[in-house]
Amino acid sequence: MNRFSYVRATSLDEALSALAVPGAAILAGGTNLVDLMKYDVAKPARLVDISRLPLGGITALDDGGLRLGALTPNADTAYDARIQARAPLLASAILAGASAQLRNVATTGGNLLQRTRCAYFYDPCMPCNKREPGSGCPAIGGVNRMHAILGTSEACIAVHPSDMCVALAALDARINVESPGGARVIPIAEFHRLPGDQPQTDSTLGADEIITSVDLPADRFGPHHSYLKLRDRLSYAFALVSVAAGLRLEDGVIVEARIALGGVAHKPWRDREAEALLVGSAPDREAFDHAARAILAPAVGRGGNDYKIELARRAVVRALSQAAAGAPQSQSDKKVR
Amino acid sequence: MADGGMAIGKPISRIDGSKKVTGQALYAAEYDAPGLLHAAVVSSRIAKGKIIAIDAIEALALPGVIAVLTHENRPHVAAFRYAYKDTVGPPGGPFKPLHDGKIRFADQPVAVVIGENYEAARDGAALVRITYEEEAFETDLDVAKAEPFKPKLPRIGVKPAPKSRGDFDAAFAAAAIKISAAYETAAQHHNAMELFATTVVWEGEDKITVYDKTQGSQNVQLYLKQALGFKLKNVRVVNAFVGGAFGSGLRPAHSAFLATLAAKHLKRSVRLVLTRAQMFSITYRADTRQEIALACDADGRLLAVRHACVAATSKNEDQQETVVNWAGLAYACENVAFDYQLARVDTPTPGDMRAPGAAVGVHVLECAMDELAYAAGIDPLELRLRNWVEHDQNDNLPLTSKAQKACYAQAAQRFGWSERSFGPRTMRDGQDLIGWGMAGGVWDAFVAPVPTRARVTWRRDGRLEVAAAASDIGTGTYTILAQIAAEAFGVPVEQVEVWLGDSTLPFNPVEGGSWMAASTGAAVARACDKLKVALVKAARKQFKLRGRKGALSVSRDAVIGEALPSRAVSLNEIVTAAGQDITATGTTLPDLAGQRKHASYVHSAVFAEVRVDEDLGVIRVKRIVSAIAAGRILNPKTAGSQIIGGVVMGIGQALHEEAQTDHRFGKVMNHSFQDYHIPANADVGAIEVIFVQEHDPDVSPLGVKGVGEIGLVGVTAAIANAVFHATGKRIRSTPITIDKLISA
Amino acid sequence: MYEDPSAIALHLTVNGEARDLRAAPWVTLLDLLRETLKLTGSKKGCDHGQCGACTVMIDGRRVNSCLVLAVTRDGAEVVTIEGLAEGGTLHPLQQAFIDHDALQCGYCTPGQICSAVGLLAEGNAHCRDDVRELMSGNLCRCGAYTHIVDAIEMVRLGAVEAAA
Repeated sequence: MNRFSYVRATSLDEALSALAVPGAAILAGGTNLVDLMKYDVAKPARLVDISRLPLGGITALDDGGLRLGALTPNADTAYDARIQARAPLLASAILAGASAQLRNVATTGGNLLQRTRCAYFYDPCMPCNKREPGSGCPAIGGVNRMHAILGTSEACIAVHPSDMCVALAALDARINVESPGGARVIPIAEFHRLPGDQPQTDSTLGADEIITSVDLPADRFGPHHSYLKLRDRLSYAFALVSVAAGLRLEDGVIVEARIALGGVAHKPWRDREAEALLVGSAPDREAFDHAARAILAPAVGRGGNDYKIELARRAVVRALSQAAAGAPQSQSDKKVR
Repeated sequence: MADGGMAIGKPISRIDGSKKVTGQALYAAEYDAPGLLHAAVVSSRIAKGKIIAIDAIEALALPGVIAVLTHENRPHVAAFRYAYKDTVGPPGGPFKPLHDGKIRFADQPVAVVIGENYEAARDGAALVRITYEEEAFETDLDVAKAEPFKPKLPRIGVKPAPKSRGDFDAAFAAAAIKISAAYETAAQHHNAMELFATTVVWEGEDKITVYDKTQGSQNVQLYLKQALGFKLKNVRVVNAFVGGAFGSGLRPAHSAFLATLAAKHLKRSVRLVLTRAQMFSITYRADTRQEIALACDADGRLLAVRHACVAATSKNEDQQETVVNWAGLAYACENVAFDYQLARVDTPTPGDMRAPGAAVGVHVLECAMDELAYAAGIDPLELRLRNWVEHDQNDNLPLTSKAQKACYAQAAQRFGWSERSFGPRTMRDGQDLIGWGMAGGVWDAFVAPVPTRARVTWRRDGRLEVAAAASDIGTGTYTILAQIAAEAFGVPVEQVEVWLGDSTLPFNPVEGGSWMAASTGAAVARACDKLKVALVKAARKQFKLRGRKGALSVSRDAVIGEALPSRAVSLNEIVTAAGQDITATGTTLPDLAGQRKHASYVHSAVFAEVRVDEDLGVIRVKRIVSAIAAGRILNPKTAGSQIIGGVVMGIGQALHEEAQTDHRFGKVMNHSFQDYHIPANADVGAIEVIFVQEHDPDVSPLGVKGVGEIGLVGVTAAIANAVFHATGKRIRSTPITIDKLISA
Repeated sequence: MYEDPSAIALHLTVNGEARDLRAAPWVTLLDLLRETLKLTGSKKGCDHGQCGACTVMIDGRRVNSCLVLAVTRDGAEVVTIEGLAEGGTLHPLQQAFIDHDALQCGYCTPGQICSAVGLLAEGNAHCRDDVRELMSGNLCRCGAYTHIVDAIEMVRLGAVEAAA
């Protein structure tokens, strides 16, 4: 760990002004940032501890949606009765990730800003464009069975590791942020970036901005959702592929479909054109397969991760089948439904 | 000593349990010392080459950093490779830490940063700048195997590949039913939960007490003496509690050397803890490339067996394991060919990991038997029974016992094997394909290769004390030794106190190969016999009984005899009258004559049920039944846990574990618990253990065979065979991961 | 004893005892417990939140203490494995771990037990599968998982019965 100064913010304004120093970083739960600091990957000059700001809790919105405080621990979100009733897809995705201990500490805002788990990024002895721009991407041509198949660039094939964010993407969440210049709202789809030639930048959050909360729209799917996560062991592992699926059915016909994929790209992956293919169809395997093929059509394997293209296709079909049946994947019974 | 005694054979809870559940058990990094310094290791960024320059200025400027030790400024250490030899290493020249500027493998230790506190050492290590000159290297076994070689010198204690017998080529060519296949097993890392750590307490005048994570305190003692120039009597090594090891602590780790080097340099007490990532550069289970060919007649009787293996080893040592021999002794066959070769890669020397050799060799044999069963259309269990053999055909020796038929029968019955349908993909539950697979397992029933000692004392405080420089790495050694002593005297186990893990205690070789229960246990039993004699003698002295008059004997906690005043005198009274604790030492010798007359193995039968999602390739191990024939079981509770632990490690080997090396950098990339997966709680379904008792007085004095390794052997094959039964896909490369199933 | 020039004051209640401490910002709670307070029951198995051996209770919740910078928890109440037994009586989970042989080398055990204490307090485990999933943040290389679940289930079902 590098040497840094430590500031405990007592108000949002204080946090924002403490952040206005080059190299300053926000510390909330710390489960990712402290980890990165221990690996000497993150070397902030100043840590601005916002964990005591009143940015926790979950509140109901007038439109039937819910607002998650940026500092709400993931576990509190997942087990909240309103979340379980109105956004069960989010609860399920959170419970598919990390461990109970980590979920007790990791926060909404921190999870959104979670950095990739690419082993090359995590190892300061290795080149990595995300950690050291211009040094190269050894995952290309290297050990890359965990890596991205969609939206990659020659500069980076890392994946965003979050489960929570995949559900947020499917739910069209909105991220509320504040800076000294004022507040703004970032739709989840615009929050995370693709790597392009700037893989060092994960998100569109400004360096002077702090996430204050996340808004979830009113529930659209009822029982027709599922979060299906496939991984190398049955718990406590990052996704090879995950799928958050939500369907709105009327008279046996799909009127709205949302499909977000994790473990396949630098951001939670949505393909609205593929989703639109499902509208007007009966919720059957043929329709699901059609959409899945459309989503994976642009996918490119890099050797070790070639299997993900087929696996993701099958996972999309299964998650949609689970959603259609109103039988979401259990995160404790490991049998895939 | 008979079964069904007071203590032996009873499922007694481990006597060190309360220390472990309250956090009072101290591991190597948990001993304190006045003025203790902390040390951290700097690892090489490159896999091969040499150090051009070391810049420690920034590190030394960090508050709290007091020294940076490198090959350039370290104190004098032994130069000759002989000084770095330990008692269990393979032939060759051991790695000499900080010896010179040469880099031989990725993450090799190149500097030690010593700080006033842990953070100064940890963070100073990141500030040491090293410039390297890189050289070409090879870490890929698939490349290196093009130049295989037979090791020139055998490894002591490891059976080399036997001479081939009969005529494999002719028998295989003539056979109608045969299979031939190539298998791959991945490099694995032990990854015990405890980090490698050493606390060196500087006692002054070149005298040290070293708290170390090791499986052999006296092995480390000898190593530190030789390599770092201490007097043997001035080095005490303690490993009272070891947070798992599985073979990684058989040889002295470089952490012990470096911590002691730092202490010697500064004449201060030093603690050094490796990171999890650095533990991937100590040792590993070698990856292998194997070929197996089996042929049988229409009745399933084996006509020809050939098993060949190329295993990775380092450039400096020839690690050898018993991989192919099992194919010549598990089943009856007259025409058997063996080939065991090594190939050199630029890595640390591979080492033994739980059931070394058998874990990969028996895996392939048992998968191949399943392949043959399907080629012959014979039930896999039936095929094994048809090839039953009761003597060791490799060495042409009778076996002391082999209750494996009972293992097969009892495990099959518990599992419900008779309900199985033969064909692959014939059992399902919705989306899940159900697979039932089985395998046999075999492992050596070792006794220690050298004399093993234990001391037993009847103390004046009324406690019975057992002491030996043995190690309990979670195996239950404390408990079974207490049971043996309690049984000998007929006293409650609670009355026995056991001291282990200290080089000052009676000699024990390194704990490994499942011999400890047999050998140290027998030494304790002998010591108890001798202690009884000593106590009787003390009683005679106390009551001035001379000659043959009045036979005395020990009964429970008293000496009894007609000649005694009240016919009995308590042992406590005897030691009080003697004015001192009364002690006796027992020694077990390897039965060299017996070993020429017969051979001994432990056996198992493992049955596994997997569920495989047909589309997605998600594998769940639903249940495993493992029946074990391992002689006499001293404590079914702790022994049962050993077997369960082996089964869980087998699940890991079968489905999860694999060092993923980027051969362009020569470095293991998944050097963390995040990326190197060992089974988590959710991965482990029901496990049922059956012990089939064997009465085998010839295997070891107590009839004990040892259970540390056998629990793992056969598990991977049973799971792989179950995956085949479920899916019809024969994945000949472990671990069997989703990507392999999807692509097959 | 050496004190880092950057150390700042920090108050913690550890196992019921108020402690006025000083720590540099880069000291984790785990290292503070082990090296400063000599409470070595909390173990370091990976130092990165990947194994659970360092699990302690902070303000009643189970947490990986290796990923917590100590200064951020000024004022917190911490319970470690050393604080679970009451007097000479083991916590029911400690006793159940011994009875079920839910440990071998013992290194992951304090973290397993603290995690199980948290699991039962959370009340989200209603069956064996739940326990397996919600204890998956605690790795055990000795492979004692089935016995760990047995031990926790005994205490959990005992508590359920007592509440009924």
